[in-house]
Amino acid sequence: MADPKETISSSPRRPPEGAIPVKLKVNGKDYDLRIDPRTTLLDCLREHLHLTGSKKGCDHGQCGACTVHINGRRMNSCLIFAAMHEGDEITTIEGLGQPENLNPMQAAFLSHDAYQCGYCTSGQIMSATALLKEPCGPADADVKECMSGNICRCGAYPNIVAAIQSVRQNKEKSA
Amino acid sequence: MKTFELTRAIDGAQAIASAAKSKTAQQGADIRFIAGGTTLIDLMKLNVETPQKLVDVTRLPLDKIDNLPDGGLSIGAMVRNSDLAHHPLVQKNYRVLSEAILSGATVQLRNMATTGGNLLQRTRCMYFRDTAMPCNKREPGSGCAAITGLNRGLAILGTSEHCIATNPSDMNVALAALEATIHIRGPKGERSIPIADFHLLPGNTPHRETVLEPGDLITHVTLPPPAPGSRSLYIKLRDRASYEFALASAAVVVTNSGGKITRARVALGGIGTKPWRSPEAEAELTNQSASEDVFRKAAEAALRNAKPQSQNGFKVELAKRCLVYALKAATQAA
Repeated sequence: MADPKETISSSPRRPPEGAIPVKLKVNGKDYDLRIDPRTTLLDCLREHLHLTGSKKGCDHGQCGACTVHINGRRMNSCLIFAAMHEGDEITTIEGLGQPENLNPMQAAFLSHDAYQCGYCTSGQIMSATALLKEPCGPADADVKECMSGNICRCGAYPNIVAAIQSVRQNKEKSA
Repeated sequence: MKTFELTRAIDGAQAIASAAKSKTAQQGADIRFIAGGTTLIDLMKLNVETPQKLVDVTRLPLDKIDNLPDGGLSIGAMVRNSDLAHHPLVQKNYRVLSEAILSGATVQLRNMATTGGNLLQRTRCMYFRDTAMPCNKREPGSGCAAITGLNRGLAILGTSEHCIATNPSDMNVALAALEATIHIRGPKGERSIPIADFHLLPGNTPHRETVLEPGDLITHVTLPPPAPGSRSLYIKLRDRASYEFALASAAVVVTNSGGKITRARVALGGIGTKPWRSPEAEAELTNQSASEDVFRKAAEAALRNAKPQSQNGFKVELAKRCLVYALKAATQAA
């Protein structure tokens, strides 16, 4: 029987033929990896770094469940090759807050009951936190437009908009 | 996904030299530049694009928006769609371009997609995207499944018996109305191509979508100075209010001088096999009064050669009304 220590690695399998060295910076931490060039950033995060907060929905940039921040901007990690992002600051939901120290947007999603099954939620929150710094108008309709890249199959949209608006209003008050 | 070799271009010359070895030009080629990846990686996952080599051009210094001495604007090929749409000079002088970009895709995709990549955006025809189906664009000579199939979203202008695929870009429609110029650097040097001549009609060669040759790199796009006193805007009609491709769209740039139109530029989206500039509509508008009758005549002229398929006949009237609506909005008193 194989030594269990050997079977647990940061990689899901032996690097395949053609794997390339890639250095990534995720949530402030540096990683030295050897990955197949086909590896999307989403698969890299989930399967190699075991950061499973980012979710795979459509895998074609249509649903937004995989949304992460790259250099502060939200992007679909499923339509990105990890190897193209050496030197970039990548932030996932794990880097945004922790159960004992929630990001205000995470707390607002909780208090506004802004999810049901939760599968889209990390993507929603990554989009919503990025939205705070984007040129988005004040109305609910503006928020809906800016959030159209995040699909919620349970239909929690009204509460998602309410959560985002509450954070924006608190930000204004404290500004 | 088929595997590929990934290299990062150190400079433009190296990128061009690498890609010049490709058997065909950019779209569908064995050596491809990759920037935002929003079209290319999507199609690689579907095995519609199967490049053997990808040249990452995202770190090339082509990400600036600059004023030109003549009052126009230069837009680097790597400028992200979000940055272009929100740039103060674009919002002030080229509103149609900002509106067109913001009407397409999502914030995430616009943060990724680049100016150069958007020019090369590929069709959403479902038969093109499905390797189990015939498609002359993907596999020349295999036939067109769309002509006898599901063609509700496909083109009514510029089609051929071999292909009716719509050019899906909103940005390209605005660039057509603004008479943009595409600047290209290739193995034989630099050249500039008016956007009207950049995209090709499908004809007998639907797999060839642009004039690009192997190794050609789009470096930047320039816009002429805004026409004095002109107003521009983009109207897009679609099945849902956000994150959907156009069924019909209109980009207009109009100068209205005391109720008389002295200059008009019109381009339509969602209905053409390429971004559809309409000199016919422009001729009907120029030196005419800004009235609904004139707008309707212009719309009739723009769609005169429309060739609807079994499921997209509605687009003919939809596009006309879209253009009339856009012209009314652009000529209304501020």
